[in-house]
Amino acid sequence: MTSLPANTRIVDNTSEQPGDRAPLVLNMERFGQVTTTVCRVNEMKGAPLAWYVAFAASLGLLGLLGFCVLYLIFTGVGVWGLNNPVMWAFDITNFVFWVGIGHAGTLISAILFLFRQKWRTGINRFAEAMTIFAVICAGLFPGIHVGRVWFAYWLFPIPNQMEMWPQFRSPLLWDVFAVSTYFTVSLLFWYTGLVPDLATLRDRAKGRIQQIGYGLFALGWRGSNRHWHRYERAYLILAALSTPLVLSVHSVVSFDFATSQLPGWHTTIFPPYFVAGAIFSGFAMVVTLAVPAREMFGLKDIITLRHLDNMNKIILVTGTMVGYAYSMEFFIAWYSGAMYEKFAFLNRAFGQYWWAYLLMVSCNVITPQLFWFKAIRTSIPLMFVLSLVVNIGMWFERYVIIVSSLANDFLPSSWDKYVPTWVDVGTMLGAFGLFFTLFLLFCRFLPMIAMAEVKAIMPAADPHAGAHADHGHGGKDGH
Amino acid sequence: MSRFLFPRWSNLLLPTLLMVGAVVPLYAVLFVAYGFSPKTLEVGYQPNQPIPFSHELHAGQLGMDCRYCHNTVERSGFAAVPPTQTCMNCHTGIRPSSPKLEALRESATTGNPVTWIKVHKLGDYAYFDHSAHVNRGVGCVTCHGRIDRMEVVYRYAPLSMGWCLDCHRDPINNLRPPSEMTNMTFDMQSLSREERESLKSQFLIKPSEDCSTCHR
Repeated sequence: MTSLPANTRIVDNTSEQPGDRAPLVLNMERFGQVTTTVCRVNEMKGAPLAWYVAFAASLGLLGLLGFCVLYLIFTGVGVWGLNNPVMWAFDITNFVFWVGIGHAGTLISAILFLFRQKWRTGINRFAEAMTIFAVICAGLFPGIHVGRVWFAYWLFPIPNQMEMWPQFRSPLLWDVFAVSTYFTVSLLFWYTGLVPDLATLRDRAKGRIQQIGYGLFALGWRGSNRHWHRYERAYLILAALSTPLVLSVHSVVSFDFATSQLPGWHTTIFPPYFVAGAIFSGFAMVVTLAVPAREMFGLKDIITLRHLDNMNKIILVTGTMVGYAYSMEFFIAWYSGAMYEKFAFLNRAFGQYWWAYLLMVSCNVITPQLFWFKAIRTSIPLMFVLSLVVNIGMWFERYVIIVSSLANDFLPSSWDKYVPTWVDVGTMLGAFGLFFTLFLLFCRFLPMIAMAEVKAIMPAADPHAGAHADHGHGGKDGH
Repeated sequence: MSRFLFPRWSNLLLPTLLMVGAVVPLYAVLFVAYGFSPKTLEVGYQPNQPIPFSHELHAGQLGMDCRYCHNTVERSGFAAVPPTQTCMNCHTGIRPSSPKLEALRESATTGNPVTWIKVHKLGDYAYFDHSAHVNRGVGCVTCHGRIDRMEVVYRYAPLSMGWCLDCHRDPINNLRPPSEMTNMTFDMQSLSREERESLKSQFLIKPSEDCSTCHR
């Protein structure tokens, strides 16, 4: 892909000399090289073998999801391990987990955009795609956990002959609005960003089907000045709309718990704690996806080590915030002097789910601290493993919060134990199948990298670049 | 360049799509809300009964009280459909050989009940108690309409959940004195606001809207 000989290839761009910005696109001088590198993924005749293997595995899991969901619908929620005190378990755990995953995509695409963080351009496209697919997975669970799935539309306030409305005072309804708004805005944002790149694919396409397919969705984009002007306005507005959603959506999700009276749920720290956790888990998922994707599709010069290093730093920060929230929960439980509150947290750490709590703390508090070391932050295998560990830890965080609080509430006579059934486990794994199936299809058929945006941060995009071409990457000297 | 751009005629598609996008969801919601409503689907249901029994003749012209036949209505949740014997109280003497009463005579001889078709049918998931309503100011005509004018009985009210709730939320306009319970022609407008209020307090009417009131 690159015209530079192998011995001068830059791989590590994580260090920066004062006054000289480290390059974010490596080993490429011209815009055309970015286009070729990114479009190659969509234009190659057959996908890499690894893609087929991953796609087959994902389809298998998707089939498992379909089977488990149909089995649930035709049999009833009794096929899950739920019981009387524990009426939420894997279903809502999965819901919160997937909604949380999405938040990194929105943070990258909206907040980092408004803060002019140039490194976002390399990762924003597939992080946004991840958001959309994660919200699809999340949306599945409230829909199927209602018991009588054919009444799932009761979640929405639709006029009906029963004159029956959802409870507007309930956070469960706010959740419906929060998540559906989130999905709509994320989808619009993602699609708006895709339009110029779809036009690129349309213009390069050889086959008539590809030309028309990409052409329809490129909405007649010709790259005129007026197009770009309108596009950038729209993009900025959508970024501004998405920004509050990064904070609001998971806050509303946390209200599902925080507005109840249950010890372990009834906590004012929940909204910020959930948002930090969401960004933490989301970035871990971005790393989990980015590492194999850049390897598989030859995108190492665009998703560079510096991008991964930056994301690992965010994982470190948000992981530390999550650790702080864990300890603050214990402090408040003690400081409140409330008997039930104290019990709830002691029970969380030492009760019947102690193993899940231990797993959660070691994955979410201890693991990210390893990212203080640059050697670990920039080691591809280590960061991949650690991101998986964080994903596991964050899944268990939701499990611990939901199940341990419900299983042992105020009244010892109503205590019980939750044990997942094979359908619970199958549905959880199946949701990963749905997620990865969508993601792999996205990688194959849509531009994984926001080409237009990446080009804008290259030295070649600098208006003075032509005059000082001999200065190489020095965008600095024009100012 | 052979790239695909939209042909000129496709400019017309945009306003069309916007119109469709705006109208279709609204239409779908209204269609389901009103088209699938019992107000549309159930009101006016008028099945042919095995015997051409005329409420217009019996309750209207002859002025029979509803409770002569539907005699459990004040004591039970279910307003009884009369057994053949109730009909035979009169029809052994009156028009005993009318061809219209063929099915009635057959039922009286064989002991098999007449297979009346139920017009006012609630779902099994809805609990309704006639006695709780007719003893506390809700007249027959309020829900069943002018039975005394129906040659063949038909569904007057939708019996939908929203229709029940309309009255449970604001019962005052449907209350009448106990003496007028079966009176089909009583003028509800003749009651003053104070009289309605006093009926409400007299009957201790505090209609519940909890789910478990009707879905037990």
